[in-house]
Amino acid sequence: MTRRRLEHWGLPLLASAVLVSLWHLAVVQTGTKVFPSPAAVVRGLGELLRRGVLGTYLLDSLRRVALGTGLAVLLGVPLGSWMGLRREAALAMDPVVQWLRPISPLAWSPLAIVLWGVGEPATVFLIFLAAIFPLTTAATSAVQAIPEVHLRAGRNFGLGPGALWLRVLLPASIPDLLVALRITLGIAWLVVVAAEMLAVDSGLGYLIIDARNAGKRYDLVVAGMLLIGCVGWAIDAGVRRLERLRPVRWGFPEQ
Amino acid sequence: MTRPIPKLRLRGLHARFLSSQGERSVLEDVNLEVETGEFVCLLGPSGCGKSTLLNIVGGFLAPAAGEVLVDGQPVTGPDPRRIFVFQERGTFPWLTVEGNIGFGLARRPGPERRERVARAVARVGLTGFEHAYPHELSGGMKQRVEVARALAVDPDVLYMDEPFGALDSITRLEMRAELLRIWSEARKTVLFVTHDIDESVQLADRVAVMSARPGRIRRVVDIDLPRPRDLSAPRYLALRDTLMAELGLAHGVRAITPPRQERA
Repeated sequence: MTRRRLEHWGLPLLASAVLVSLWHLAVVQTGTKVFPSPAAVVRGLGELLRRGVLGTYLLDSLRRVALGTGLAVLLGVPLGSWMGLRREAALAMDPVVQWLRPISPLAWSPLAIVLWGVGEPATVFLIFLAAIFPLTTAATSAVQAIPEVHLRAGRNFGLGPGALWLRVLLPASIPDLLVALRITLGIAWLVVVAAEMLAVDSGLGYLIIDARNAGKRYDLVVAGMLLIGCVGWAIDAGVRRLERLRPVRWGFPEQ
Repeated sequence: MTRPIPKLRLRGLHARFLSSQGERSVLEDVNLEVETGEFVCLLGPSGCGKSTLLNIVGGFLAPAAGEVLVDGQPVTGPDPRRIFVFQERGTFPWLTVEGNIGFGLARRPGPERRERVARAVARVGLTGFEHAYPHELSGGMKQRVEVARALAVDPDVLYMDEPFGALDSITRLEMRAELLRIWSEARKTVLFVTHDIDESVQLADRVAVMSARPGRIRRVVDIDLPRPRDLSAPRYLALRDTLMAELGLAHGVRAITPPRQERA
């Protein structure tokens, strides 16, 4: 037990320490003036904290991801369920979804700025575009995978279409939707950083582009990058925790 | 004096499926009457259309011809007064035992719902497991949940589609005994599909033997054995032999000649 705990915490810490040491040594050995050392990055983080922008930027980025993904859930899940249930809906809509899906949300940014102007709505729109297609596709295949007996049982107990969706289709899809949500939030977190470089003047993406433009502060650039990685990890871990809730655990067989 | 209207009446049912070889007849002129409170088994080999037949009777599929009458009224779709019990995958995995059993009671007031759920839980012997999820239960317990979910809404009729088919043979015997106990208490009309000859003789008042391709009812056999049934009584064995003969399995396995290779 203790040995496992030691490995669980010790090994990742050891690997990180080795990487940071190599980074430090490389900066010292090459005598680079551009690339910051680990110590400079830590000082940079301290500076950002003192300036008080870190919290605001973090919350701005998180809010945009939450809004964009939330809108995508509200639209994509009902649309996807409908496509999963009705063959005609899938025939009509699937080519559209599969055609639009591979387009990077960033390719939409010129149109997003024309449509919404430079600012918050354009950023949220880009995240919405990043999230809607994977969520719709996941909702469709989740509904298609529901055993026929569950739909029949629902109808047998007198459920109409609305109640059937709410009480059978939706709960049966939740495990698959959680997996899709985890992937989607990962993509959204990638996209928000890029979108903030283009369309707004706050958030972690803006922090990075601003640190470079205003005086080539690469210590702040790297500090921002490490923070982005850390938050992305936390989001992923958060959704993974949801997968362990009792009403959805049936969908995640133990390894 | 007029005869009372049968609970279920299957009249001239035909069913067809589209296959790669074109249209195939699955059921041909199926006629059957089931009285109120009667337990009738549909017995036949796999692929004889007995499941299709039950799904038509349950209102999930439309027949190509003929009609199903319940209390003299034609069936147009599924109805909560007649509940279908599936194999064990029919329980909802996202709901607890209690949630599953109360599924059909959503529109009833809270106290009545709780009372009915508690009674159904007790009736199938799941007390203490109310808050467990189906994936935490054995196959037999999941099947009890399905039966309880059906009983909770107090239907007139139970349609059971090989409900114990996925269970091991010991659990299956226990479940049959429990089903009979529940049936004798609640007096539901039961139409029960099985391919198990012993199961049909142990459970049914009458057994409708089906033939395959296309599915037809060859004969309806009265199981005139008092309950509880003695599984080694001469009459039990004789009825078993009758059903075997009816299915083309006269004198057990010994008499079966190896099937000839079919030419392409």
